[in-house]
Amino acid sequence: MSDAQTKPHETVDEDRRDFIHIATAATAVAGAGALAYVFVDQMNAASDTKAASSLDVDVSKVPVGGEIRVLIGGQPFFIRHRTSAEIRSAQNVELSALPDPQSDEERLVPMQSGEYNRAILVTSGSCTHLGCVPVGPAQGNTGDFGGWYCPCHGSHYDTSGRIRRGPAPSNLPVPDYNWVSPAVINISL
Amino acid sequence: MSGHASTYEPKTGFTKWLDSRLPVVRLAYDSFVDFPTPKNLNYWYTFGGILAVCLMTQILTGVVLAMHYTATVDGAFASVERIMRDVPYGWLIRYIHSNGASMFFLAVYIHMFRGLYYGSYKAPREVLWILGVVIFLLMMGTAFLGYVLPWGQMSYHGANVITGLIGAVPVVGDSIKAWLMGGPSIGNQTLQRFFSLHYLLPFMIAGVVILHIWALHVPGNNNPTGVEARKDKEGLKQDTVPFHPYYTVKDGFAIVVFLIIFAAFVFYMPNVLGHADNYIEADPLVTPAHIVPEWYLLPFYAILRAITFNIGPIDAKLLGVIAMFGAIAVLFFLPWLDTSKVKSMRYRPVARQFFFGFVVASLLLGWCGAANPDDPIIPMGSDKLVVSYTDANGNEATQTYEEYAAASTFRDQKMSEGVEASIAVEKAAAFRFVHLAQLLTLYYFAYFLVILPLLGLRENPKDEPASIHKAVLGHDRAAPAPAE
Repeated sequence: MSDAQTKPHETVDEDRRDFIHIATAATAVAGAGALAYVFVDQMNAASDTKAASSLDVDVSKVPVGGEIRVLIGGQPFFIRHRTSAEIRSAQNVELSALPDPQSDEERLVPMQSGEYNRAILVTSGSCTHLGCVPVGPAQGNTGDFGGWYCPCHGSHYDTSGRIRRGPAPSNLPVPDYNWVSPAVINISL
Repeated sequence: MSGHASTYEPKTGFTKWLDSRLPVVRLAYDSFVDFPTPKNLNYWYTFGGILAVCLMTQILTGVVLAMHYTATVDGAFASVERIMRDVPYGWLIRYIHSNGASMFFLAVYIHMFRGLYYGSYKAPREVLWILGVVIFLLMMGTAFLGYVLPWGQMSYHGANVITGLIGAVPVVGDSIKAWLMGGPSIGNQTLQRFFSLHYLLPFMIAGVVILHIWALHVPGNNNPTGVEARKDKEGLKQDTVPFHPYYTVKDGFAIVVFLIIFAAFVFYMPNVLGHADNYIEADPLVTPAHIVPEWYLLPFYAILRAITFNIGPIDAKLLGVIAMFGAIAVLFFLPWLDTSKVKSMRYRPVARQFFFGFVVASLLLGWCGAANPDDPIIPMGSDKLVVSYTDANGNEATQTYEEYAAASTFRDQKMSEGVEASIAVEKAAAFRFVHLAQLLTLYYFAYFLVILPLLGLRENPKDEPASIHKAVLGHDRAAPAPAE
């Protein structure tokens, strides 16, 4: 009160004004940031969308030489029952010749017993180029390497789901899955 | 023009009262009645008015369609079919809206090529041009979002391809993609937000259009000579005419002609610009054999697919995305890339050749975008069949055939027991669509980044007329006018 009593209109406390300006601006920025966070985060996957992200699949129903396609959270996955010739051609590839070198074994998940079920191959069903769904044995076109062919931009995948030719940069990813029993796998996103 | 004093005089008591409170009539009068406009504008300059009509048509029909549309993955396709079959005149309103998008882009491309030809992006109209590119970007976003809404096969898989582009961005791409889609894939939540944004963006376009017109009315219209209207009172009077009635009537006539063409599409070939696949309901497990965007996005799609090679650590996919967005981003810098002081290509004979080359390249890029990139344009030789087998000594060997019969006979009969052979097609060398697209992409970027910057410094432009008035009277010609 002593300041007000001396010269109330002639002294300006610059520090006090700076403090008020900075405090006001900081509050506004924090408020805008807190609001923006809400409006950005609401675009992320909702809880129910996240919850629908795993599936048990009975692989014993897949015919030899054929495949089934499942959707998990709207994403397609291929579960293919390979013939012995297809397994052989997947294994007898010079790894150095592959655009994205991976052995066939690296693309399989061992069963609970620790053995591999080489007949069952599980991969993502989205072409790694631009996300089209490649065609396979059921559509009568397995591409030049016997696996899958993406009709959108001409990517060829082999019987291990590895990219062999075309614009796709990498192999069809192998999803997270485990063997629940010798006949059932659980795939999760 | 900003220097132009208002000539509006309110006559009635009410307009006088309103003018001193909200001079909205004065604004309209000064902008669209007594606005001094160069007197030599040709029909290429009517597309601004045509585009305003297009935007209003899309908003009007779109608001009505939204009254009948259901934005859920289970209901969207059926609700569009219901609009077509059951809603009174729903078929007409939807066909106007879907063909209206094509008409909108047709007009905007002509409008942009006109700006390129007459140098309308140059000082003092850089901001006007940049606002136009912003509108163009918003239009492409709106069109993409709108194409997803009918939830047909092309809708779904086209959206997959485009959101896949964002996934090409290193490190953060996948998170941004999941954020945009609201989940691991395009689903109900994606459709709902796309619908919301498709409704929002046209109003943002309308807002930027207001800024675009404002930025036009500060320097005034460019014109086919590229020579500015004179600022002094006598010169301004000689070089310009009032917007009304001269250009309201000229624009009006052009709009009527444009609407006749529009109506021809709506009534006689409403689906010719679309894809039959989009009348099949979206199925995430079946991709159409040939995913292509709508025709107006094809040139950019061709640029995306033309990049099939890596450069250093950047892979082809990311490079393609960079090239596609770069093809639009370069337009923002055009006012500073073109170094020529002469605006109109009328007086730049060399630049004009390159400009027409650019128009042809853009059209051909559209052709490439519609085609399968691996299809041959000029085949060199014919495809061959290669039989791979293991010979008697256990070595891998191949035999090449032209005819399938001979190849299959060899495969089936000449093999020792237990040896498998396979036949594969070896494609003949050819000049393919992807090669043409690569050449055209190179020209597209060279036009903006090499040709226009260098040409402005090196070319010898023709003499520009002294004024719009002289140009109209033919006094700019080199030969003397015949005696009258």
